[in-house]
Formats: sequence, C-alpha cells, structure tokens
Amino acid sequence: MNANVSEIRIPQVQLQPEPGSPDGKRPPKSEASEVRRYLLSRGNSAIADRGFRWLMVLCALSIFGIVVLIATELVKGSHLSWTKFGLDFFFKSFIDPDTKQPSYWDPVNEHFSALPFLYGTLVSSFLALLMAVPLAIGVAVFLTEMCPAVLRGPLAFLTELLAAIPSVIYGLWAMFMLVPLMRQYVNPLAIKLLGWTGFFDDSNPTGLGFLTAGVILAIMILPIISSLTREVMNAVPHSQREAVLALGATRWEMIQMAVLRNARIGIVGAIILGLGRALGETMAVTMVIGNSLDIQRSILSNGNSMASVIANQYAEASSDLHLSALTEIGLALFIVTIIVNALARLLVWAVTRGAPARVN
Amino acid sequence: MRSGENNLRSKIRGLADGVATGLAVLSTVLVVLPLLLIFGYLIYKGASSLNLDFFTQIPKPEGETGGGMANAIVGSGVVLAIASLLGIPVGIGSGIFLAEFGRGTKLAEAVRFTADVLNGVPSIVMGVAVYALVVTPQMPFSALSGGVALGIMMIPTVCRTTEEMLLMVPHAVREAALGLGVPNWRSVLSITVKTASPGIITGCMLAFARVAGETAPLIFTAFGNAFWSVSLTRPIAALPLEIYKYASSPYEDQHRQAWAGALVLIILIVLAVSLVRYVTSRGVLKGAS
Repeated sequence: MNANVSEIRIPQVQLQPEPGSPDGKRPPKSEASEVRRYLLSRGNSAIADRGFRWLMVLCALSIFGIVVLIATELVKGSHLSWTKFGLDFFFKSFIDPDTKQPSYWDPVNEHFSALPFLYGTLVSSFLALLMAVPLAIGVAVFLTEMCPAVLRGPLAFLTELLAAIPSVIYGLWAMFMLVPLMRQYVNPLAIKLLGWTGFFDDSNPTGLGFLTAGVILAIMILPIISSLTREVMNAVPHSQREAVLALGATRWEMIQMAVLRNARIGIVGAIILGLGRALGETMAVTMVIGNSLDIQRSILSNGNSMASVIANQYAEASSDLHLSALTEIGLALFIVTIIVNALARLLVWAVTRGAPARVN
Repeated sequence: MRSGENNLRSKIRGLADGVATGLAVLSTVLVVLPLLLIFGYLIYKGASSLNLDFFTQIPKPEGETGGGMANAIVGSGVVLAIASLLGIPVGIGSGIFLAEFGRGTKLAEAVRFTADVLNGVPSIVMGVAVYALVVTPQMPFSALSGGVALGIMMIPTVCRTTEEMLLMVPHAVREAALGLGVPNWRSVLSITVKTASPGIITGCMLAFARVAGETAPLIFTAFGNAFWSVSLTRPIAALPLEIYKYASSPYEDQHRQAWAGALVLIILIVLAVSLVRYVTSRGVLKGAS
C-alpha cells in the first residue's frame, strides 16, 4: 500500500507543469524557492555564472541594437533626400520643366515625390482588408464555434500553410493564374457593372493593377487575421457562451453577443496586424501591381506601392539622390509598420491577458 | 396573435442563424480554395518541369532551353548557412535570457516587445538597412550581406520559440540540477536547454524555412549570379531570387524553371512546417522531461 502511493506520487510530481507558465499565464514574479536561492548564493563558479548571464543579456540587448541600427542606417541614408525635399516629399507633386505636366518621380531631372507610392500602398492594402476581413472572421467563427472536431485540425493546418508559402511563390502563381483570370473575367465584369462609379475603367487591359494586388494581398494576410481572431475568440470564457445559450439564444445570437462582442478589441488588433503585413508586403505586389509612376483613380489601373518601388529601383538607382529618396520611402515604411504593429500587439494583449500572441 | 408573432420572430431568428452558418462555411471554402489552387497549379507545373538537369546544371544564356539552378540551390545554401550562424545563436541566447534570467523584469518585457516589432519590420526595409550597413564600394553586392539580412530576420522567431519551449521545462528539473551542485550555467545548458532541445530545434527550422523563401531583402544584397560562385564577397545566386527573375522573363523555358524552383522551395517549407506541427502537437517535450 505504502509503496503504491509513492509510485503514484512520483510521476505526478514530475509531470506537474510549473505553476502559471505553460497555460500562457504570466509567470509568477519570484518563483525561485529558498533552496534554489541558497544554492545560487553559495558562490562556487560565480564568475562563470555571471559571465554566462551577461552573455545571454548581451544576446537579448542585441535585439535592441539591431532595431536601433536599422533606424540609424535608414535615417542616415535618407538624409540627402530629406534636406532637399523635406515634408513635400510625401505630399507634393512637381511640375516637369519639359512637359509642364505634374510629375512625381523623375530620376532624370532628380525630382522625387513619394505620393503615388503612398497612394498605391494605401489603396492596395485597403482593398486587401476589404476582402480579407469578412472572410477571416467567417473562418475564425467557423473553426471556433461551428466546425466538427474532425475538421478543425486539418483546416487550421491548411490556413497555417497558407501563411508559410513564400511571397515570391504567391507572386508567381498570381502572374500566371490570377492575372489572366482578372484580365478575362473579373475586370470586364467589374467595368460592366461598376464602371459608372469611375473607379473601374478599361484603360488597362493587362490584368495587372491595384485590384489584382489587393486580391493576392488578401489571400496572404487572411491566415494572420484569422489565426489571431481565433486566438482571441478562444480566450472568451465558456461560461459567457453558456449563459447566453441558456437564455434561449440561437447559435448566431450567441456568437454575436458572447463571442464577437467580448473579442472585438482583439479582432481589431488582428486586423491592424494584418494591415501591417499588407503595408510591407513586397514580392507578390511587385509582380502584379504593374509599376506605373502616376496616380490614377481607377483601381484597375497600374500603380506602385512603397515596397514595390524600392524592390524595382533600388539595385539600379541612378544617383545618390535617387538612392536616398528610395531609402526615405523605406524609413517611412519602417516607422509606419512599427506603429501599426505596436498598436496591434497592445490590442491583442489586452484581450488575451498577457499571453503573448504570435504571428503564425 | 402573440404566439403568431413569436412564431414569426423565432423563424426569423432561425433563418438568421442559418444564414450566418452558411456564410461562415462559405468563407471557409473561399479561403481553402486558393490554397488548393496554388498547390495544385504548383505541383502540376513544377512536377512537369522538374528534371535532373535542374539540380546539376547552371542556367543557360537567356532564350536557350535547358540548364538548371544548381548554382542557385548551392547559393541559397551558402546564404542560409551564414544567416543561421548569425541568427540561431543570438536568437537562442536571447530566448534563454527571457526564460531563465529575465522573467517578470521590465527588461525582458521590453526585449519581447522589440522582438515582436522586429518580426513585423517588412523584409524589404531589412534589405535597405543591410544594404546601407554592409554593402560598400569595396564590397558591392555579396553573399555575406544577404546572409546578414536573413540572419537578422531569423532572430525574433528563434528567440520567441526558444523562450516558449524553455518555459515548458518543469522547475523541479532545474532545482534537481542545482541541488547536485551543478553551476547555474551548466544547469541551463545541459539540463534545461537540453530538455527543451526538440522544441528549440523545430523553432530554428521554422525560422530557417521562413527566411529560405525570402526574396525582397536579397534583391540588393545577394543580387543574384548566373554563374557558379560560392565566394562570400561576390554576388551569389539564390533560389527565390531566381524564381523572381525567371517569372518576369519573357521566355517560356525560364517560366518552366521558375515553377520547378518554386516546387523545390515549397517542398522544403512544407516539410519544415509539418515537422514543427508534429513535434509541438505530439508533445515530445512532455516525454523528454
């Protein structure tokens, strides 16, 4: 009897997860026991311990270092363009001396304005969010609230895979499958049905352009938004759902009242995180956005995003000022994505209560 | 009368419920569809283009058929090796700091936040920064600068997975080691890290797979090369870079090569992701502790 008890107890003690951490809860502030503190203070191999500790701290500090380094390099690199154009770089067009037409990006005459690229980034990201957000929330609702348990694992895995495909492969697929599809079916249909709005015109028969870029971006940011949305929905306590159901609500009413309402801040965070991804996405967009240097109203026309103009021109920049202008676009992108990401993290953290959210 | 009203209301509610369910199912189908399309098209196009030459030959001049991407595969290997040498030790080190030394401190919180921010920095911006930092007139485009750019991108992923895996190791294990008089650093390295090593290794593989497909930071750091080169200080070819170049080329045969390259890349990545999922879901860690 006695032996039995100890046999049972030993594996229990070993398998006991340490309090607080594995379930994603915040680890307790001081968890070192008296014994451990005594052993640590004995001082043997204190030098090696301290050295090891500092090495690890150094590794951690190097992450700060890298971010600071990136920032200083970008600021240094964009100095030339900043002193020449100032804030006009992001807001004003130039008058081309030869044609007397407004122009934005002219490496020959060394006039640079990032306005068309800001516009392109905003338009393509906005289109992507417009398509991705309802779908992502739909998927998250389906996976957390409706899906039979058998399907849940494989479907979650599939959306995870969608996140792991490299951007260049999305671009390749888009060039050879999505672009012909848009050219032959979607764009003509959009022109026919919505041409009167002025946002769809038939001046660009290539199938490239903002809308195509938006579609591929939507496919790419979907998994991020839906997996985070799922995470915050899972964080809603079951008692909330049960309470609403017990009052006689249908499943959809339960999802509305208990799940979506409680998770809304986190969902907004997930959407903003998706936006951050869309703003900086490069390869797939570069391959399908069409690379024009003008601003056009039609979302079927060619354009350029901030990231795609860097990808297209940086390696072949014609002058120092050109390089500097491109670096300044990079700096703007860096600042914007940092703000967007920080905001999104804070919102997601607020809901999942300190369990750090991970993208993927 | 009232019961009739109630009946109608409950019918409307039921209808709304049905519509919502239908929409959720529809959106799931719409999400899974492009994935299947991408994979189907990729396998169809890639498998029909893949042959032995792809792995053994270097590219033929533009417009000629045949040739392969042997130099790009080796080049990707070189760049990724440099990236791993930089990213994995720093990532694991900072992960150890977060899990073993910094728990609950302000510094750890800040490091965690910065790592997440670094994770969100667009890869093209990383390329611009590394170009400004490493690429100089003496050493224009090089394998080394490409490796540095990718290495930096590996750090946040490695760091966060290492931390998570270390947090899963029970305290009793650490205290047992310390109780035997093992110095703290040995206890961390040969007990805690070793216990969590399957998880840490898969985390590294995940980071590796992710940067293996990165193209944007390589365009103006590694730059690409049509010939054999393994020199660290010269431009070097890389698989994703060649896919990008070949996709935009006008020649049919280069499109074929791009698809073959994409298939090779995706197989590598899917293998890594599946392995990660297998290890984390099967709880290899629990068995090891």
